[in-house]
Amino acid sequence: MILGNLNLSWAIDGWIIAVGVLAAVAAALLGNFLVLRRMSMLGDAISHAVLPGLAAAFLITGSRHSVPMFVGAVIVGILTALLTEWIHHYGQVDEGASMGVVFTSLFAVGLVLIVRAVDHVDLDPGCVLHGAIEMSPLDTWTIAGFTAPRVAVVLSAVLLTNLTFVIVFFKELRISSFDPSLATTVGVNAVAMHYALMTLVAVTAVASFEAVGNILVVAMLIVPPATAYLLTDRLSVMVLLSAVIATISAVVGHLGAIAIPVWLGYSSTHTAGMMAVASGGLLVLAILFAPRQGVIAKWLRQRLIAMEVFQEDVLGLLYRAAEHDHTATLSTDQLIQRLQSSRWTVGMALRTQRQRGLIESINECHSLTAHGVEAAQGLVRAHRLWEHYLVDRAGMDAAAIHLQAERFEHVTDRALRDRLDEETSATAHDPHGKAIPDESGSAD
Amino acid sequence: MVTKPADKDEALPLSVHDLTVAYHRRPVLWDVAFNVRPGRLVAIIGPNGAGKSTLIKAALDLTPRASGSVQVFGGTYRANRHRVGYVPQRESVDWDFPISAIEVVAMGLYREVGWFRRVGAKHRLKALEALDRVGIADLADRQISQLSGGQQQRAFLARALVQNADLYFMDEPFAAVDAATESAIVDLLGVMKQEGKTTLVVHHDLHTVPAYFDDVLLLNMRVVASGPVNEVFTQDNLQKTYGGRLTLLDEATQAVLRRERSL
Repeated sequence: MILGNLNLSWAIDGWIIAVGVLAAVAAALLGNFLVLRRMSMLGDAISHAVLPGLAAAFLITGSRHSVPMFVGAVIVGILTALLTEWIHHYGQVDEGASMGVVFTSLFAVGLVLIVRAVDHVDLDPGCVLHGAIEMSPLDTWTIAGFTAPRVAVVLSAVLLTNLTFVIVFFKELRISSFDPSLATTVGVNAVAMHYALMTLVAVTAVASFEAVGNILVVAMLIVPPATAYLLTDRLSVMVLLSAVIATISAVVGHLGAIAIPVWLGYSSTHTAGMMAVASGGLLVLAILFAPRQGVIAKWLRQRLIAMEVFQEDVLGLLYRAAEHDHTATLSTDQLIQRLQSSRWTVGMALRTQRQRGLIESINECHSLTAHGVEAAQGLVRAHRLWEHYLVDRAGMDAAAIHLQAERFEHVTDRALRDRLDEETSATAHDPHGKAIPDESGSAD
Repeated sequence: MVTKPADKDEALPLSVHDLTVAYHRRPVLWDVAFNVRPGRLVAIIGPNGAGKSTLIKAALDLTPRASGSVQVFGGTYRANRHRVGYVPQRESVDWDFPISAIEVVAMGLYREVGWFRRVGAKHRLKALEALDRVGIADLADRQISQLSGGQQQRAFLARALVQNADLYFMDEPFAAVDAATESAIVDLLGVMKQEGKTTLVVHHDLHTVPAYFDDVLLLNMRVVASGPVNEVFTQDNLQKTYGGRLTLLDEATQAVLRRERSL
């Protein structure tokens, strides 16, 4: 519906999306292993270093024929990986700095060469950044009676190569990314795997360069894998998810490039840039909503734990009140005051404990049920056993133990209480002289 | 292991000759020489910066050697690396890597699995058996960051086990593990010894050296002493090992560097 007023043509938009998906998935597949090796920047470096390769190949051969340009760019791409390693090793420069030196220098050389060549050829520095994906349906090849844009054919071949590489060498990529030393000791050449990966990154960068430019390659090498990394802890799932995320980014990116500027009253914008933006958006979504690592999931879990602890504190307070003042009931206001909490929080905790049959309330006055006394006894017992243990065994100062025991009591189950009891030789009193309640019966 | 490298006994699991390793031209290991006899459990001890991990890495060709040679079962390490297992230091592992305990163990079988092949049911079973041997078979599918320190160490020991090597290098397997894991590791080392395997362990707790090990290598850039625990694990040798860095050696190296810079 939203897209209803867009004029999508399959012959044009269909191919643009296809080219975007091919480039994005090809890059994302390899990117998984860059992210896992903490080498994300090397993908960036290689994609930038492609430029001087293209320019040099043009200046040397004097032609804009694709093959020499392709070879030249790939060679410089691999050279980036090699130079980075050499400068890091022989110059004793930090790896990140070494990368920064190599690729900015090479990129600058590329710009100088392009300006030198610009009189002769239409290498446009602007296209370097965002490519010309919108033009891709115009330049076609016909193979076996089937006509397709040239870049789509090239990128399909690259995607197929990358896919084969990742599937066939999955095990080898995994071990040389996780533990290069072990890889070498079980006969997998980690160095060879590294340069094979770098070569394919260079090939992918070059093949995507013309169609989608630098930005998309850099983004797709890193962002979909980084997003997938947040969503799973299995490598195979991560690789699969990264491909799915890359696909979604490409589709959403193109539709967004057409639609969003129009809503804002502009004409449509660059598709490649929009695809990168879309992948960034997906990453943000993953950071927020990832099931285990996500910000929201973590926050919810913490709230739940805090609530649980608070509910237990209410039981403990009622138990101690009964023990100390011999008043078996406390009013809501007393609870609010002693727990230093809000009426709403206390009300929630009381309702939960009433539902569990641990507390009964009559006219805003609350007391423990028989079950409640049992549960509270366990908590107080744990607390006092811990206090005793911390002073007696861990040698802590008696003034400093309360908070620690408070933290521990909520995670101490029956088995742990028994072990504590054993370790503290079944002592009857905590360091403050209070009786440690028995497991089942009364306080002595 | 007492012997200086004089004769080339083919059966020696490890024989190190005049090994020198330098980082950025500053020597970390200096003229290290020792032999390890088969079936021995050897502790490598020494202060921080003594080059213990470097010694292992140099033996495994993971660090370039400035000079000297390392022989494994009478040949080069390259030729015999299928007979060597390695348990890395905990700090060097990327615990957030998306990989489960059983997948880590299966890595020890990659040579057996072979190139281009996937890890099959047979290899998974082997890996599971190894996890069972170290007592964490029930945690096989846990991602490795969700294991405790002791369980992580056990997973890596299981990986070394499935490699079925004859010579093992372990870099601080006892670091930051609980008492139960420590005794499990000790038991395992005993079983491996009975199977005729030779193990070198970088170790920090001097108190347990006599109880756990047959031989000891006291290292502080150079070999202070090496041999059976009851012969060389003496107060005097410990004093020499831990009593300060080899400052003169450092100073000489600095002097060499200064002269080279002034040229």
